[in-house]
Amino acid sequence: MCLGIPCRIIEIKGLKAKVDLAGVKKDISLRLLDGARLGDYVIVHAGFAIERLDEEKAARTISMIEEVIG
Amino acid sequence: MKYIDDFRQRELALGILGKIREISSRKANVMEICGTHTHSISRYGIRDSLPPNIRLISGPGCPVCVTSANDVNRIIAFVRKERNVIVATFGDMLRVPGSGSTLQEEKARGSDIRVVYSPLDALDMAASNPGKEVVFYAVGFETTAPTVAATVLSAAEDGVKNLSVLSLHKLTPPAMKALLDGGDVEIDGFICPGHVTAVIGAGAYGFLSTRYGAPCVVAGFEPLDALLGLHMLIRQIEEGRSEIEIEYGRVVTWEGNVRAQGIINEVFEPADSVWRGIGTIPSSGLKIRDAYGRFDAEKKFQMDAGADVEPAGCMCGSVLKGLITPDGCPLFAAACTPADPVGPCMVSSEGTCAAFYKYRKVVA
Repeated sequence: MCLGIPCRIIEIKGLKAKVDLAGVKKDISLRLLDGARLGDYVIVHAGFAIERLDEEKAARTISMIEEVIG
Repeated sequence: MKYIDDFRQRELALGILGKIREISSRKANVMEICGTHTHSISRYGIRDSLPPNIRLISGPGCPVCVTSANDVNRIIAFVRKERNVIVATFGDMLRVPGSGSTLQEEKARGSDIRVVYSPLDALDMAASNPGKEVVFYAVGFETTAPTVAATVLSAAEDGVKNLSVLSLHKLTPPAMKALLDGGDVEIDGFICPGHVTAVIGAGAYGFLSTRYGAPCVVAGFEPLDALLGLHMLIRQIEEGRSEIEIEYGRVVTWEGNVRAQGIINEVFEPADSVWRGIGTIPSSGLKIRDAYGRFDAEKKFQMDAGADVEPAGCMCGSVLKGLITPDGCPLFAAACTPADPVGPCMVSSEGTCAAFYKYRKVVA
């Protein structure tokens, strides 16, 4: 139940949204997240988007790994 | 898949592992708090790839596992007594053994027990079964609590009268504090849960670094996340620092999801809670505020305390505190397997015993 996964928002209707995870589509609630936009990737947990993924910070983490390895 | 494949690159994983080996000289007992980390660490063979001076200890991070025997028995007694209710809960809870029965066995005997993916499913169930009471048997940490709180708010807005919640939610930072205060298990640093922290914010662990000198790194769940998180933590331990660091920057911030926090606080207030293996931890649970008391199953129904008896021979309590690894339990992989679990740590995929069993080395 704690396996929050990154899903892409493909439709928004008020506080409801449809997300796509590798072709699987699911209805979720946006009630716990401010300012979600179409195309955003969000972590979905128990039917709710709980946080948005930040693309720039994801790239920064990969750079951090490359810096560590040197 | 975006945000997944990038964090599973084998070459980079081997690179960080090499660096961890290079910088690690001291003994380091690292506790991962989250069951999803436990699963990921086992799945990717990270534990066995680390130098022997780094010991990974699994903490009390599986919500199904930390639910007390008393609470498991209480809900079983409740479904036996109340015949006009539907109990809705997450799948893993059905197989958790109580004293002599499980919810799955009670379902086979005719109780109406249904598995849901989201608490919103329980709300729909209440709407489509107006003649019945729906009780949501709610376990989970700070990731799940706002989803249940939001469901209660929706029920209040929709005027739903036949839904209530048995709130057994647990809070992570008080449990980390209790483990350090207890002193039974030596912990040099924590890998903190990614999605719990997405909600509460990394700032919530500040007291661990300042008051307890315990370094913390909030990490994601892909193998590169776990490895980079470990590298950051080992570096802190080697350098004698105790700071809070975020590895999982693509999801986690210092302040967390303020909107979700507000929704939790609207519906719930902190309360003492009993954890399997640890006992009562002050302010480590969430109870429904009086303003939403009509959705509190404990107020709506007479729910007698269940027997506080652990399954015979089960050492889940010691596993949850990090005192032993699952293979230190005589029942592990013998009398206790995922197909026929004795204790909750073997039931849930996030349970330490289930993770060790699934990814254990089989010696021919």
